[in-house]
Amino acid sequence: MRLLSTKATCNSHGQDSSYFLGWQEYEKNPYDEVHNPKGIIQMGLAENQLSFDLLESWLEKNPDVAGFKRDGKSIFRELGLFQDYHGLPSFKKALVDFMAEIRGNKVTFDPNHIVLTAGATSANETLMFCLAEQGEAFLLPTPYYPGFDRDLKWRTGAEIVPIQCRSSNNFQITEPALREAYEEARKRNLRVKGVLVTNPSNPLGTTMSRSELNLLVDFIKEKNNMHLISDEIYSGTVFSSPGFVSVMEILKERNDVADEVWDRVHVVYSLSKDLGLPGFRVGAIYSENDTVVAAATKMSSFGLVSSQTQYLLSAMLGDKKFRRNYTAENQRRLKRRHRMLVSGLQKAGISCLESNAGLFCWVDMRHLLHSNTFEAEMELWKKIVYKVGLNISPGSSCHCTEPGWFRVCFANMSEDTLGLAMKRFKAFVAESTCTQRTSPLFSNKRKSLTKWVFRLSSRDHHREQEER
Amino acid sequence: MGFEIEQPCVELSKVAVSETHGEDSPYFAGWKAYDENPYDELTNSSGVIQMGLAENQVSFDLLEKYLEENSEASTWGKGAPGFRENALFQDYHGLKTFRTAMASFMEQIRGGRAKFFPDRVVLTAGATAANELLTFILANPGDALLVPTPYYPGFDRDLRWRTGVNIVPIHCDSSNNFQITPQALEAAYQAAEAKNTKVRAVLITNPSNPLGATIQRSVLENLLDFVTRKNIHLVSDEIYSGSVFSSSEFVSVAEILEARNYKNAERVHIVYSLSKDLGLPGFRVGTIYSYNDKVVTTARRMSSFTLISSQTQHLLASMLSDKKFTENYIETNRERLRKRYNMIIEGLKSVGIECLKGNAGLFCWMNMSPLLEKKTREGELELWNAIVHEVRLNISPGSSCHCSEPGWFRVCFANMSEETLEVALERIRSFMERIKKE
Repeated sequence: MRLLSTKATCNSHGQDSSYFLGWQEYEKNPYDEVHNPKGIIQMGLAENQLSFDLLESWLEKNPDVAGFKRDGKSIFRELGLFQDYHGLPSFKKALVDFMAEIRGNKVTFDPNHIVLTAGATSANETLMFCLAEQGEAFLLPTPYYPGFDRDLKWRTGAEIVPIQCRSSNNFQITEPALREAYEEARKRNLRVKGVLVTNPSNPLGTTMSRSELNLLVDFIKEKNNMHLISDEIYSGTVFSSPGFVSVMEILKERNDVADEVWDRVHVVYSLSKDLGLPGFRVGAIYSENDTVVAAATKMSSFGLVSSQTQYLLSAMLGDKKFRRNYTAENQRRLKRRHRMLVSGLQKAGISCLESNAGLFCWVDMRHLLHSNTFEAEMELWKKIVYKVGLNISPGSSCHCTEPGWFRVCFANMSEDTLGLAMKRFKAFVAESTCTQRTSPLFSNKRKSLTKWVFRLSSRDHHREQEER
Repeated sequence: MGFEIEQPCVELSKVAVSETHGEDSPYFAGWKAYDENPYDELTNSSGVIQMGLAENQVSFDLLEKYLEENSEASTWGKGAPGFRENALFQDYHGLKTFRTAMASFMEQIRGGRAKFFPDRVVLTAGATAANELLTFILANPGDALLVPTPYYPGFDRDLRWRTGVNIVPIHCDSSNNFQITPQALEAAYQAAEAKNTKVRAVLITNPSNPLGATIQRSVLENLLDFVTRKNIHLVSDEIYSGSVFSSSEFVSVAEILEARNYKNAERVHIVYSLSKDLGLPGFRVGTIYSYNDKVVTTARRMSSFTLISSQTQHLLASMLSDKKFTENYIETNRERLRKRYNMIIEGLKSVGIECLKGNAGLFCWMNMSPLLEKKTREGELELWNAIVHEVRLNISPGSSCHCSEPGWFRVCFANMSEETLEVALERIRSFMERIKKE
């Protein structure tokens, strides 16, 4: 094997984490209503499959757009050649209008300050390249999206230092936690370049409060040269109160129009969650900082959005009636699914963090752990994947400080499948409770279960690393 | 499109404020001149003609015809039945049908002289991303890639900017038609060593940009031996492979590896894209083909940052799996490019301007060194300025391609109509006549 770079041989791509192992198990034995009813149900994938019919019916009513036609004329040539990293103006305009509407038009976005990238994955990495480097770090509240470990650190050399959040206050960011994280970074000799939050949160499914957002803006104002990145990829999935407040709204409210802090706040967006189009690779960076926009625009050369896709979406999102109807209906459907999952779990004696957004719930299974440890969490997780047949994401993969929390997705399957998943949960909990009660047999049964689980763990290490 | 970058009030990364993106170079003045006064046959016949853009506009009609006859490729069929599956598909392995179609297209371009396995194809959003990605994988910050001059100016950004990797030039000159010699290779390697820089790979473009010529088999054999001896990699950017005027004249490194039974193949990686051969730079379709399993795996994971839109993969899977279409396209496209090339070469020859003997690409490598007052970079830029502002043709000066000999220019011929090319040639004729008088 020839010599490769350190980046190629290190583990920072994160694919050896449990988050991906659950995936692999699912792929080996995927649930299918007809062909494999005992298979594993995928509940670890934050996809939005609830509103495709709305997109499909729009496409049917507007057949010309996908066919590269505008006003009856073919613009195939024009699009085929269009590789300007400033992006298709009509698409950027439609995108910023959509983003403004999601925020109740309380804020507006200037299309000249939008940078298009191949997905939010690319947007986040690009922002990192612009703002931080080796020896520097961003603070991230835990629990956070596992992909960040790869997206923010792998090729940039930057570090992540966690802001530890706890269930005692519903995982909200507190000032002491923020300061503690800052100190931790300093102890590790890392220069803190900023804070990155996901709002609404993945994996919590909650919108950030005004006080949290103000706390963050205060914090970066206090420390010069710190940035705030707000990944608002789930902003369109907020389905109930308290509603979505963007960091941009906070800045506006603070009346800091001439304040230089505007130069240090950046928003990331994407159509992968709200519109359910992860395959189309549509992400964006929004910043009032001209230098960041200029640098990020050039960097976007490494991950431009296909002009074919920009054109299709410029027409779709440019259709005001469509996008308003879509947003409202999509949120209605998400709310229903969310309620279904929450009540289904409740029937199994499992509670969730109260949430109002996202494509998943943050589920509390601490009472099912045999000890308050991450080993116990892993054991429980493996049981749920292999025995119960549900691929859910363990909190440890999201860097949660408390064992026993799991992210469970609800928007990437049919209602029937979700119903089945609820049944399986109920049966599993009933069985566990039953097992716990018959104590003489309990310790023996537990021992053999533990042995079985350990055998599985050792298998993991030897198993071929499959691609996702 | 040059503009001022403000001094940041708040600190950004070194990468963000560095000039390695290359866009502040003087050559953008040529672009500026074009943007401010672009030629248009009807509305601005005295404007600047863009001859600095290596785009292929000669074969769009073939693509348009295909789309007309196969609308389901772009619309997912009636009621959009394949739409949701396509929209959800973000697997970094890429659409299997598309990867297979790409592999087969690459085989067809090489006349079946090399085999490509779909499982070794990694998809990226353009060759720009592919080259940067490979650099991240093969080299550490501070290391170097050896690149023969003259080379595509974009490499300065693509290979160096975010990666922190250096380019050490392999100097080539007109004495042997700019071919890479063993001496030049060794000299470049030594130059890197002298600066305590670790060389990780040789990166070639074959056919060459800006030379518009394929690399000879013997040179490729020698390169393979060299990288094997030094235990480094070889990256062959074959983005212009489909635009060779005559198929038999192109030898891909893939063919040589097959002939050698794939011995030492795991150090070789090929980059390809549909931006030049199919004229679709807007669709962002690039690939890395590697004979190294670890590189394939790592590149796949890294491609998460630069995936191809599944909508576009779907369209092109359909188009490129149609063997009848691709065979006809490749042949016709070649023929049209060859015709354009002959037109410009003859036109220049008739006014006493010689070009490097080329056999590929979307441009020719024009020798204007006899016209230079001073055979220096400054002399070249003076002449270039006159051509941009007086003759009103935006062409690329050799110095922007790091050419060691002043006076050479890259002139594109496939990004305009034949009529416009005639106008450009006419303007050159007048310019040369004026010079002769003076």
